[in-house]
Amino acid sequence: MSINQIKSITATGISLLLDDIDTDRIIPARFLRCVTFDGLGEHAFEDDRQQDPSHPFNQPQFQGAGILAAGRNFGCGSSREHAPQSLMRWGIKAIIAESFAEIFFGNCGSLGIPAVKASRPDLEKLAAAIESNPKLMVTVDLEKMQVTAGSVTFSITMPDSARDALVTGQWDYLGRLLSAADKVSEHAKSIPYLSGFRA
Amino acid sequence: MSDKRNLFNKVWDLHTVQTLPGGQTQLFIGLHLIHEVTSPQAFEILRDRGLKVAFPDRTIATVDHIVPTGNQARPFQDSLAEQMMSAIEKNCAEFGVTLLDLKDDRQGIVHVVGPEQGLTQPGMTIVCGDSHTSTHGAFGSIAIGIGTSNVAEVLATQTMFLNRPKVRQVVVNGELAPGVYAKDVILYIIQQLGVQGGVGYAYEFAGSTFDNMSIEERMTVCNMSIEGGARCGYINPDQKTVDYLKGRPFSPQGADFDRAAAWWLSLASADGAEFDDVVEFDAADIEPTVTWGITPAQSVGVSQPLPRVRDVAPEEQKLIREALEFMGLEEGQPIKGTKIDVAFIGSCTNSRMSDLREAARIAEGHKVAPHVKAIVVPGSQLVRKQAMEEGLHLIFEAAGFEWRAAGCSMCLAMNPDKLQGREVCASSSNRNFKGRQGSPTGRTLLMSPAMVAAAAIEGHVADIREFAGAPV
Repeated sequence: MSINQIKSITATGISLLLDDIDTDRIIPARFLRCVTFDGLGEHAFEDDRQQDPSHPFNQPQFQGAGILAAGRNFGCGSSREHAPQSLMRWGIKAIIAESFAEIFFGNCGSLGIPAVKASRPDLEKLAAAIESNPKLMVTVDLEKMQVTAGSVTFSITMPDSARDALVTGQWDYLGRLLSAADKVSEHAKSIPYLSGFRA
Repeated sequence: MSDKRNLFNKVWDLHTVQTLPGGQTQLFIGLHLIHEVTSPQAFEILRDRGLKVAFPDRTIATVDHIVPTGNQARPFQDSLAEQMMSAIEKNCAEFGVTLLDLKDDRQGIVHVVGPEQGLTQPGMTIVCGDSHTSTHGAFGSIAIGIGTSNVAEVLATQTMFLNRPKVRQVVVNGELAPGVYAKDVILYIIQQLGVQGGVGYAYEFAGSTFDNMSIEERMTVCNMSIEGGARCGYINPDQKTVDYLKGRPFSPQGADFDRAAAWWLSLASADGAEFDDVVEFDAADIEPTVTWGITPAQSVGVSQPLPRVRDVAPEEQKLIREALEFMGLEEGQPIKGTKIDVAFIGSCTNSRMSDLREAARIAEGHKVAPHVKAIVVPGSQLVRKQAMEEGLHLIFEAAGFEWRAAGCSMCLAMNPDKLQGREVCASSSNRNFKGRQGSPTGRTLLMSPAMVAAAAIEGHVADIREFAGAPV
């Protein structure tokens, strides 16, 4: 039993059902001038929040939320891991979206943040439920692949490899890669550009 | 029997160390490029775990994102930038990684430096903690952007886990009309396939339009694969690729080069190679293209009006309205004539010699409009040097452009180069996201470097086809 196992997450929700939210919006580049990820949480969506007082991340009733409902192509653009880091440090523990940009999705996996997909109608139902009751507890269940929030229940999807890594606690990819060091050294010998193009 | 695998799958298979039961591949990485923004936390992970860099000679570092393009005296005026610069210097020294820093004339934007030095080669797997790593696909490599945890993994093991994407062949055939550049081709492809259209795919760009492009133009195309959602894009290596690499510092030398060239050419997807999807476009349909919105797919041909909200699919209307409001533009209005405040020529998309030559050709004998601030930022110190040997800086300066030192500059504004307030920038960079160029309310219009030069001179978005040859 690994302490890293993530089978289910329950927290209150926050919704941001906009499409093509890029990582510059999640964490503007000026906050990347840092050598650690500490302190990024308070700057999540900084510029959007400054320009829109009604932004969900500004609303007192959503402070402390842990489950984010998002739209299509969430996290597109820059590869900055600072984006999921800032969301995580703000308090987000799982993201349910219509779809994700790939690098962002991979970065979430590296941090143990479940990033699961749901249909737009289901996300809209969830968003409505969160809006009407910000205290509503939302559960993302990675074993049943299902979200439950009061009377709202729907199924979610995620690639098996990413789901298995979270559920079995093996999302510390570095440890797994290190254990194959001998195989890597052996494999390198078969790469033409590492052997004078004679391999 | 001929190999039906496309280049992507050949290169992927060659680098596969093992495949996990869940389907993930542990992929060997041939070249790891690092820079100051996404590496410090990765080195910290290595330090915490007592790990070394596994293949230090397959890793190379440079500095670009935070580099001031004006005053480069150390310590930098921005203490946070100085701290990051010190961190990469310390990390590279401690872990035995070669760093091309500001004192080294090979320094520049990481995606300009890799190809320029011959580090980027066909058949390699290349990663960097930067989404525009897709640029290197122009040589027929698998080149992908990664996050910082992945940077740590690659530093420590020279491998990472990835799911094999599907491969879509994006075919464009035909000759580009005068005034239509590689930038317009990729903006058009993204406009047609959408910013999320490439998710789950690698893009192979194929067809006579790409065959006819120079290597630098191919880099512009592959650079923006990620803006179309594809984590990587590539073009099959050909004789131009081989010729480009001959004699570069990190290219194979002597008899090795001949063996390398033969291998590189053998990797190209053969006629009859299999793809998961194929889409085709006609080069004749592409005109000089300008983005008007807040995603790189929100673009129009320069002679076209902006879309009308009612004409787009219902699920897209909210996004279109948000973009129009942010940009302060009206539906249905022409893009041509849109007033600009700033002109930026630079970035990993368009800061190479061919870009600067073309922009200088447009600028020569003209003056930047009085209300426009215009800057030219070469992609690397070597590009800068070459451009100055050709006298391009004199042309730009005579026209009223500022001539800067190499770096990422105003593409992402992690350095002193930033938009102010609601300024509108004609930009040769790759992203028009809200706030991308340093002002939360700043606005970006993406276009080719030649179009940026024309906009700088006219003071508003101009059609390069009408501008070319116009009297001074």
